[in-house]
Amino acid sequence: MKINSVKIISLLFFVLSAFYLYTAYQIQVFSFDEDSPFNAKTFPIYLGYAGMFFAGLKIALPDSKPIKIDPAYLDFKKTILLVITMIFYGATILKVGFFLSTSLFLVAAYYFLGERRWKYILIFSFPFVAIFMYLLHGLLSVYLRDPLLKYIGIMG
Amino acid sequence: MIEGILIGLKTALSFQNLMMVMIGCFAGTIIGMLPGLGPMTAIALMIPITYGFDPATGLILMAGVYYGAVFGGSTSSILINAPGVPGTVATSFDGYPMAQQGKAGKALAIAAYSSFAGGTIAAIFLLFAAPSLSKVSLSFRSPDYFGLMILGLTAVAAFSSKGNFLKAMMMCVLGLMLASVGQDSLSDITRFTFNNMNLSDGISFVLVVMATFAMSEALTIILKKNDPTKAAKQISLTDLGSIKISKEEKKQMAKTIPRSSVLGFIVGVLPGAGATIASFLAYGMERNFVSNEEKEKFGKGSVQGLCAPETANNAACSGAFVPLLTLGIPGSGTTAVMLGALLGFGIQPGPRLYETNPEIFWSVIMSMYIGMVVLLILNLPLIPYIARILAVPRTFLIPMILFFSVTGIYLMSFNNFDIFLMIGIAVVATILRLYDFPMPPLILAFVLGGLMEENLRRSLLISDGSWNFLWNRPLTLCIMIVILIIVGWQIYNSFFKEKL
Repeated sequence: MKINSVKIISLLFFVLSAFYLYTAYQIQVFSFDEDSPFNAKTFPIYLGYAGMFFAGLKIALPDSKPIKIDPAYLDFKKTILLVITMIFYGATILKVGFFLSTSLFLVAAYYFLGERRWKYILIFSFPFVAIFMYLLHGLLSVYLRDPLLKYIGIMG
Repeated sequence: MIEGILIGLKTALSFQNLMMVMIGCFAGTIIGMLPGLGPMTAIALMIPITYGFDPATGLILMAGVYYGAVFGGSTSSILINAPGVPGTVATSFDGYPMAQQGKAGKALAIAAYSSFAGGTIAAIFLLFAAPSLSKVSLSFRSPDYFGLMILGLTAVAAFSSKGNFLKAMMMCVLGLMLASVGQDSLSDITRFTFNNMNLSDGISFVLVVMATFAMSEALTIILKKNDPTKAAKQISLTDLGSIKISKEEKKQMAKTIPRSSVLGFIVGVLPGAGATIASFLAYGMERNFVSNEEKEKFGKGSVQGLCAPETANNAACSGAFVPLLTLGIPGSGTTAVMLGALLGFGIQPGPRLYETNPEIFWSVIMSMYIGMVVLLILNLPLIPYIARILAVPRTFLIPMILFFSVTGIYLMSFNNFDIFLMIGIAVVATILRLYDFPMPPLILAFVLGGLMEENLRRSLLISDGSWNFLWNRPLTLCIMIVILIIVGWQIYNSFFKEKL
């Protein structure tokens, strides 16, 4: 059996299913429900076994068409930068507010993807978000939490 | 039924709903044209917007996006041989050679008229099939529903995963696992929350769809260094030529359209099959029907070779609504997303939808027809202009997709835990996509998870814990036999054809 990335993913899935199964057995059900033909842990238990079964088959059976991916053709740097930017965006959106955090996220994302025309970067960030917020908050009455704009007095 | 049709027409023809069909078709065409971004991504991006509307309007918008995306996919298939969606791969076999011969306009017109005819004929079938099937499905019991859901998952895993049956089944299990997080529907016992209050209500459907489609599509594009807008740039530069179709070509299309529509509709109704299989089957069938002289032209720009898959894939899209509207069981990833959205509106599709919410049932059917007209009248002449709008650089497109995904979730929950969870799921989905683990089975399983558990619970309680409910009723037995045939076929393929 040759070890490849698909087999490793399948092995991880096998471990996940085993952990899921263990957790399913730990679910506390009501005492009167304990011997019932079906309770809150029945279905998860079946799922745990099913996951282990399919992952086990994938690991054991030979891969006739293994997928070969050359890391040289993958852009890890930009992808990781984008993910970090999104995490930062998620972390600041409640504290800084929708307008500033979204605008900064867009500026950073455009920049990290290789855009260097600052005129377009600025147009499609701050004014774009302002128009989007006006459509949502002003026209569709969708609440958007923004402490910064509230402090300045733009939002009620 | 006439009363229902009139209710549906009244709802579908309201100004707001007409606008929704137009916006949906237009947005769907744009997104569908981008290779890699298919109807599921398009619909996923629309879901947060639809929560502001009433259910009928929301569903009409999503149906418009669905058709628009399929039409958009055909456009890039014909003009640059880069199908936007798998359902339009067969379109490129004859559409692209026609475009190379300087008949791109004609090929687009044939595709548009075929789509219109296929969609219209299928909408008429749906008009009659759906109410009849609704009445029949009222006699279905929990074991039948449980069997149908297993059938749906198995079929989607078998037919839509390009030979990766085991990978697809793993994705089904993962989808069901994600659906089991949160409170148990009957006992209210929390499961797999690890004492995190944010998980006690379960994982939001929109979050999973956005993460596994919109966000992971965007990340995959960056990771693989793809440029989906490259297609659009080429389209805008192409000389489309005349869109006029000759009498002889119309005659050829008149023969192809009826048979491809019937085939497409039937395949669309079957769980898991969908537009891709319908279009390939129609292409193959048409090749057997035509004269030897015409057969020679197949693959080199045959009118019938283009007309058949285009008719069938649109007919299949309408057919896919039959199990969704009548049984409440989606047969494909796209209709699963729609089911999730409907459940979000508090509506349970199924046999009773016909009686309890006739305006939704009929307005969706009527809006499909209106959608076809919109696609024909608005989109065909607008294709070169839509293509120019699309020529936005990827450096702007990708952040916009990510922005709409994050904002969509933020607007629903106003907490950052959901954003972090979405990013986590999207990263995992991106890695899985890289190794050909299909996402539609995961979504289908996630949507069906709660319903499946409920029906299994009822079946097991009625049969006092015995699994004989799987063969006690003739209908359940038939469904189980079909499942065994599908699984058996996949095992046969894996051992004798080495495709697993």
